[in-house]
Amino acid sequence: MELHDHGLADLRRLLQKKEISAVELTTHFLQRIRSVDPQLRSFITLNGENALVQAHRADRQRADGSTQALLGLPIAHKDIFSTRGLRTTCGSRMLENYIPPFDATVVERLEQAGTVLLGKLNMDEFAMGSSNETSHYGAVRNPWDTRMVPGGSSGGSAAAVAARLVPAATGTDTGGSIRQPAAFCGITGLKPTYGRVSRYGMIAFASSLDQAGPMARSAEDCALLMDAMAGHDPRDSTSHPQAAGQFSAALDRPVRGLRIGVAEEFFADGLDPQIAEQVRAAIAQLESLGARIVPVHLPHNAVAVSAYYVLAPAEASSNLARFDGVRYGHRSQHADNLQELYQQSRFEGFGAEVRRRILIGSYVLSAGYYDAYYLKAQKVRSLIREDFRRAFAEVDLIVGPTTPTPAFALDAKTEDPVSMYLADIYTIAVNLAGIPALNLPCGFTREGLPIGMQLMGNYFADELLLAVGHAYQQATSWHLQRPDLAEVQG
Amino acid sequence: MSWEVVIGLEVHVQLNTQSKIFCSCPTRYGAEPNLHTCPVCLALPGALPVLNAAAVDKAIAFGLAVGAEINRRSIFARKNYFYPDLPKGYQISQYEIPIVGRGQLLLTLADGTEKVVGITRAHLEEDAGKSLHEAFSAETGIDLNRAGTPLLEIVSEPDMRSPSEAVAYLKKLHALVRYLDISDGNMQEGSFRCDANVSLRRAGEPFGTRAEIKNLNSFRFLEKAIEYEMERQQDILESGGKVVQETRLFDANKGETRSMRSKEEANDYRYFPDPDLLPLVIEESHIETVRASLPELPDAKKQRFMEAYGLPAYDAGVLTSSRALADYYEVVAEGLDAKLAANWLMGDLLGALNRSGAEIESCPVPAGQMRKLLQRIQDETISGKIAKEVFDVLFEQGADVDDIIERKGLRQITDPAAIARLIDEVLAKNPGQVADYRAGKDKLFGFFVGQAMKASQGKANPEQLNRILRERLDQPS
Repeated sequence: MELHDHGLADLRRLLQKKEISAVELTTHFLQRIRSVDPQLRSFITLNGENALVQAHRADRQRADGSTQALLGLPIAHKDIFSTRGLRTTCGSRMLENYIPPFDATVVERLEQAGTVLLGKLNMDEFAMGSSNETSHYGAVRNPWDTRMVPGGSSGGSAAAVAARLVPAATGTDTGGSIRQPAAFCGITGLKPTYGRVSRYGMIAFASSLDQAGPMARSAEDCALLMDAMAGHDPRDSTSHPQAAGQFSAALDRPVRGLRIGVAEEFFADGLDPQIAEQVRAAIAQLESLGARIVPVHLPHNAVAVSAYYVLAPAEASSNLARFDGVRYGHRSQHADNLQELYQQSRFEGFGAEVRRRILIGSYVLSAGYYDAYYLKAQKVRSLIREDFRRAFAEVDLIVGPTTPTPAFALDAKTEDPVSMYLADIYTIAVNLAGIPALNLPCGFTREGLPIGMQLMGNYFADELLLAVGHAYQQATSWHLQRPDLAEVQG
Repeated sequence: MSWEVVIGLEVHVQLNTQSKIFCSCPTRYGAEPNLHTCPVCLALPGALPVLNAAAVDKAIAFGLAVGAEINRRSIFARKNYFYPDLPKGYQISQYEIPIVGRGQLLLTLADGTEKVVGITRAHLEEDAGKSLHEAFSAETGIDLNRAGTPLLEIVSEPDMRSPSEAVAYLKKLHALVRYLDISDGNMQEGSFRCDANVSLRRAGEPFGTRAEIKNLNSFRFLEKAIEYEMERQQDILESGGKVVQETRLFDANKGETRSMRSKEEANDYRYFPDPDLLPLVIEESHIETVRASLPELPDAKKQRFMEAYGLPAYDAGVLTSSRALADYYEVVAEGLDAKLAANWLMGDLLGALNRSGAEIESCPVPAGQMRKLLQRIQDETISGKIAKEVFDVLFEQGADVDDIIERKGLRQITDPAAIARLIDEVLAKNPGQVADYRAGKDKLFGFFVGQAMKASQGKANPEQLNRILRERLDQPS
């Protein structure tokens, strides 16, 4: 087993026992990124020199007796998190040359925990996409089959973790953007309860839905990251006062006696039969670990995608208004007056999918349409919350497939936005409700593509989700499988 | 049948908090451009707003002062539009549910009658930055120091029926926000700005179509703009035309309003609740805490001045028109003739301030000196006439009242023998007039008073002078 095949928790033990140094680890991963990533394009910006400075510092601190939780562990951030002094593009041409003067809270907290930042990961432009194909910096490839997409929008994070280019990464999830790529790439990814991880410094897509979370090889690794990431942030008004948690400490909670709900709505038409089969097998596995399976109903899940594609674009149309070419970001050289400056800068700076969503969002908020679209979608959102409230009165968790299909081929859906949007049919309701959900690898298709199952929990059940995930991963080995990737000269 | 004007005002009041409404940048005026900015008020990607509690308390204080309902739950919304000095591309404001609901303001009009003007609502919002066109050729500079300064927008009902009523309302509001210490009210620096909605109708008929006039940053401009607008709309209506609903800009140099944009061109602001801010929830106990900290308000103070000092309503109204003037008056009048103090402040002091363009806050005469001056009138050290001379020195040069009186030798002559000597000299110099007076020309008494006062350089005690003079003239020679 090579160094990069270890997960975060293993590497932590190796560092603590001083069997390896942070500098060795960082050098190794940087070398691997340079030799493997050219075929994946999961990184937008490497933090090479600076990462080594951080690694040297970590080794010095360990020699001085520091016990920071994640000291010397290399990670990478989705390029949606502001990093002081390091380019932050959000996958867009708009921010091609933008260097933030401040760190996102997530970046700050992980740095304070001692991590070494290897670089910034590719993503769908402004997190709008389910395939990573809307990135201005090129589509990311799925490490299990480079003809396939890695999912999106945190596609770079998922591909990099799956390809062992980095032991763990951050992602963000607005409608499935952590869980869907985690499923497509065969890794573990948590979308925490809304308000547990600060949004400060994370470039907003849809503020009421966006939530940052960890993406790693295992639930145990995700818990390590959550210990550092979660916590109240006075700079984010939507941050929960009791956001912090003891995620690693809660991992050993037994599965025995838990009531696990299964919603037949998640196994309806359109679900790939191989996925149905593997997820049902996983449910049986949970049952064999002592869980009791209980049927539940989520009747409004069917309209979640429709409501989401009103609400998310509405918020996005306003959130993205600040990219006007006036203070920072792309400014058109072909404008003769203020109106043209706005139009040209935004036309040139934003890609087609971002422009489409700004148009949809502006439309649903405009006078005469607000009630029919925005307000109605908010009502649907309340119904979906109510669905989960009722379900969680009966069960501790709900389990189902994360995606209706495995990873699809590049370009397969780029001409048909609605079919692309339906890739998130099982993940979106979770964001509308604000509850936590976890993707766990639970098998492969006959073609060798990963399959993911989704565990959903009630508000603040993040610890429980990770504990059940951990128990499942102790009993199975799906999360230990590795894609076969050749090293090439970068 | 004549036209009746209907006026409603929207007033933007900059709240005098230390920091901005959604970040910790200072709100100080006049700094180097873009010095007071941070990721939040520059709208850098990922930056988020956090509400300033001090701005909320100032809004609550205003609401309580106008007897309004404080909404226990209010919502911040985004008002979306593009403008270079609006960094986020939207303004955070309150739309459907404002923090302050219905209230009212009591006006005293010039003829002494009272009028109640309804306040529809008041809501919190952030100010925009400034676009600078001077000092740039073919370019525009953006200064975001002001971006994020807290504003309270106070919307009145269309209750005013003349330009003077509108001015009275604005002045009352201006005094109120300064009383409450929620704004410096500085109109030149834009801390207190007004838009006016103006329409005409025949009395008793429904409201006519209104025009909204922007950019009224003085009481005089408000009056002039409404007067101009009344004439303009009257001309249109009387020639059979229709007033167009539109936004008009007041040009202070030309004294006229001109069209800015019509209703059709108006922006669709696409308001929706700001997902970055939770609903603003205010506990009842907190409202009571703010209520307990409210200062005495103008109407209550006026009432007290009438009762405690026995002042007429007019005097009490003038003296309580600003908190600083009222405080000044109370220092001066303590234990003295309250009406004398009122007359001096309303006449001499306000007159002098007005001529020098100063405010009571920067009055060169400390209240203690003003008080001493009136004390010297009451203890007859000087006469009222001499006191005016002392006041002028006090106002122009400062120093102590007693020192001025001594230095200039202005102490009043109250020794009857000394006054009698002065009178005798005057009578001796004017034997002809004395004879005429005694022959029945009573009017000459005034002449002798004038001559004797002149001989005393104005320092003789007037009553004693009158008395002794009459004695001398009436006794047979």
